[in-house]
Amino acid sequence: MEAVAGTLLSGVVLGGMYGLVALGLTLQYGIARIMNLAYGEFLVAACFAALWLFTAAGVSPLLGLLLIVPAAFLLNLLVYRIFLAPLVRRAASPAALETDSILATFGLLFVVQGAMLAAFGGAYQNYSVLAVPVPLLGAVVPANRLVALLFAVAIGGALFLWLARTRAGTALRGVAVNPVAAQLVGIDVRRAAALAFAAGGALVAAGGVLVSMFLTFNAAMGVVFTMKALVVVIMGGVGNLLGCLVAGLLLGLAETAVAAWVDPGLTLAATYALFLGVLIARPAGLFGRVAR
Amino acid sequence: MSLRAFGLALAALAALALLPWLDTGFWLALGIGIAQYAVLATAWALFSGPTGYVSLASAAFFGIGAYAVAVLGEALPWPVVLLVAAALGVAVSLLVGFATLRLSGVYFVVFTFGLAELIRQLVTWFEVNVTRTIGRYVFLDATQAGIYWQLLALFALLLAAGTWIGRSRLGFALRVIGGDEVVARHVGIDTARAKIALFAVSALFMAVTGAVMAPRWTYIDPAIAFNPVISFQVLIMALLGGAHRLLGPLLGVVPLTLLFELLNAHFPNHASILLGAVFMLVVYAVPRGVIGLLPLLRRRAVA
Amino acid sequence: MTTTTIARRSALAGATAALCAPALARGQGAPAAIRIGYAISKTGPNAGGASITVIPNYEMWVRDVNAAGGICSGAMRIPLQVVEYDDRSNSEDCVRAVERLVNQDRADFILAPWGTALNLAVGPILNRAGYPQLAHTAVTERAPELARRWPNSFWLLGTGSQAANGLVELLKTQREAGRINDAVAMVAVADGFGIDLANGMRGALQRAGFRLAYDRSYPIGTQDMTPILAEAARQGADTFIACSYPPDTLAITEQARISGFNPKVFYTGVGTAFPLFRQRFGDNASGIMGIGGWNADSPKVQDYLRRHRDFAGREPDRWASSICYASLEMLQQAIERAGGPNRAAVIRELQTGSFDTVIGEVKLENNLLTRLWLTGQWQEGEFYGVAPSSMPGARQPVLPKPAWRAA
Repeated sequence: MEAVAGTLLSGVVLGGMYGLVALGLTLQYGIARIMNLAYGEFLVAACFAALWLFTAAGVSPLLGLLLIVPAAFLLNLLVYRIFLAPLVRRAASPAALETDSILATFGLLFVVQGAMLAAFGGAYQNYSVLAVPVPLLGAVVPANRLVALLFAVAIGGALFLWLARTRAGTALRGVAVNPVAAQLVGIDVRRAAALAFAAGGALVAAGGVLVSMFLTFNAAMGVVFTMKALVVVIMGGVGNLLGCLVAGLLLGLAETAVAAWVDPGLTLAATYALFLGVLIARPAGLFGRVAR
Repeated sequence: MSLRAFGLALAALAALALLPWLDTGFWLALGIGIAQYAVLATAWALFSGPTGYVSLASAAFFGIGAYAVAVLGEALPWPVVLLVAAALGVAVSLLVGFATLRLSGVYFVVFTFGLAELIRQLVTWFEVNVTRTIGRYVFLDATQAGIYWQLLALFALLLAAGTWIGRSRLGFALRVIGGDEVVARHVGIDTARAKIALFAVSALFMAVTGAVMAPRWTYIDPAIAFNPVISFQVLIMALLGGAHRLLGPLLGVVPLTLLFELLNAHFPNHASILLGAVFMLVVYAVPRGVIGLLPLLRRRAVA
Repeated sequence: MTTTTIARRSALAGATAALCAPALARGQGAPAAIRIGYAISKTGPNAGGASITVIPNYEMWVRDVNAAGGICSGAMRIPLQVVEYDDRSNSEDCVRAVERLVNQDRADFILAPWGTALNLAVGPILNRAGYPQLAHTAVTERAPELARRWPNSFWLLGTGSQAANGLVELLKTQREAGRINDAVAMVAVADGFGIDLANGMRGALQRAGFRLAYDRSYPIGTQDMTPILAEAARQGADTFIACSYPPDTLAITEQARISGFNPKVFYTGVGTAFPLFRQRFGDNASGIMGIGGWNADSPKVQDYLRRHRDFAGREPDRWASSICYASLEMLQQAIERAGGPNRAAVIRELQTGSFDTVIGEVKLENNLLTRLWLTGQWQEGEFYGVAPSSMPGARQPVLPKPAWRAA
């Protein structure tokens, strides 16, 4: 029984990490309608920023969040306004925007990755903060992973409140549901999209700082994170925050359960199978709506 | 694509086939690179262009072909291996097709990506636990010229298939589906069958391409055969060139391959940044894909 | 120790200086430069390994050779000229880059890419074009067969079963001395070398009378090792073997420390020998075993370590780095003995000659490096070679592994 609880806890912790990493993309794709292929690169960039602050200035990543997250917000706002807004303006249809954003962010991916390679080289990086064992429910969880989970929940909660209770957040939700109608009721869609994209970027930076505490990363790993985030976002239903977190949790649980009770060699196969199964059963994701 | 254009294309391909006698170094290697992605991108656009469904499963089919060679390459004669690769590609595409019937838009895109990864994971698991051998050695001593000619022949066949489909009822059905799938269904078109048939044709060509390229690498394991970068490269090249015309993707393949080559050769340390920058510039300059530029050029030529 | 090395080096330099005039005093017909080409993984999944094990060595060697005026060819020194490409960790790109080096750039010599897959991919072209291929980061069971098929190829990192045998010999001795039980828990990354090593381990362990209590693989890229280690810990085995890659090597070690899993023998795979490992775990690295190792007491090794650190700002790894550098020294000496960039003569020399390198005297047997370190262990902050015990400088393994300390 202890072993089962331990496995489930590990699954939740892992799933929390997946959900956290994918939250930003939910905003960027769900609201700003940008299929951001460079998403993972921004996460890895945040990892490097946290690493640099920690090794050069001794600043704990948790404190580093205070610096890195706003910086990421501003950076992503700039990226949106300079590189992506022109595409949004000239897009004849949502499909065209998607195509264009795929192409443009693909280029951005190379630029960001190239910059990181030039600055840090391709070597693996790993540092350790808060690697304190925390015995909980029959398993021993490292404190840093637990902190990442708690942050995922806290950020998710804060995001939910912001979207549900504030004017700006509600405007964003309106844009997510129907951009044309949103414009008709007076929402500045362009500003909302820019805000959503920047917020998404801030979230992914937070995720990056937190996971850098325990993951080994290098400049070339961005694509892995992008694809993981994409799977989580789609499985949860585009634009749905709760869906994103639930999907992340399910994937984390599936991966851990299969590793413990079936065969660790089938973990990724199982998570992809789960993802595909969910989509076959619910073609718009767990909580998504079919009419997009 | 008109029959006259097709004839011209065949003539061009015949001329290109002379390349191995003119140069066996840089141009032939470049030719192989262009030919490989020409087939992949055109096959991709064959399905994704008219239907509007963006597939990221290219790596899965390419990998199936490569893996078929890895497993059977030294046991069966080459033409048989190619047929097996084609058959496997079609079989898997039918499975994929049926599974994705209810999906659309970005859900379809990420589903196909997930599927490609699932196939890779399953093949890896099978190799590790059942056959206990990961990585297969292929000593087939294929020459550059041989691979080049096979790719050219494949491209010619693909153009033929594309032209024939475009002029057939299937092509018409697909254009209606691409316009509005609901309308297509109401008009009586069996959308499921049409989509799956086309997906299968596309997959067949990708699988055979994978099989043709495999002997170049000597060592093939699931990570090499099912490399997801292939899916993205195919997508990017086809979208850049323009996925709605048969020869559109080629207009994306040639400049991008040349660009990769140029940057890798002259700026090995900064190729990434430069590539990304150039890419983004191109995206802004050519909103409708390179093929969208053609009417502009023709207009200028006439004036 | 250091004074002897310096004195010896200047003696050598002096000797060769007597034979080799600088390129200024050049006769007719001699090439202006020896063109060295290579395709290396600067980007992509291999970039991590390549940037630690190969790139600093290639760059340092070229700089050192050119600083001395060049390679001795006949009676004069010819400087090196480098053409390098990024193979993006991808077989097709690597093949094309090497085709470019052979056909267009007309490189005199082509240095090997990183890793087994890429070395195999470029094997046929290098063989057809007659270039020596010193594969320093490739581990393949079929190395002997490849050396026969491609007599221009040289395989310097042994095979998976060799590495496995090295460890299992050590384990058998320990078991017979009553220090460990016969149960082993093993995990492996589901990728080329991980599986190769695991297969070798499995065979060797069974032959030596060990019992595999846990034998599983996990997909490459797995970031959470908790469930796997929890299962492995439950088996009551005194020996834990992980045939892992750098990211998982670090994750496994970290998770073991967190969960308090401390078997008597703790062995991790690729990455254990990286300076990053010691940097990351500090004193906790002590007692952990892994592939590779070196004779850290050797003055040549210490000199190499210092030079590498001064040049690249980071230390070499304790497995393939020194072998990679040794391969460059071998190439240089072969070129010198062949009297110039004569590839066929260089290949013959590499096949039959004996070379003085940082890892000692090297003479290949059937194109293979047979005397190499198989298992190392972190002791007192250095990754000493502990197996095979017949190698000069082999240390006694420290058993059991000391307890984990708080990070």
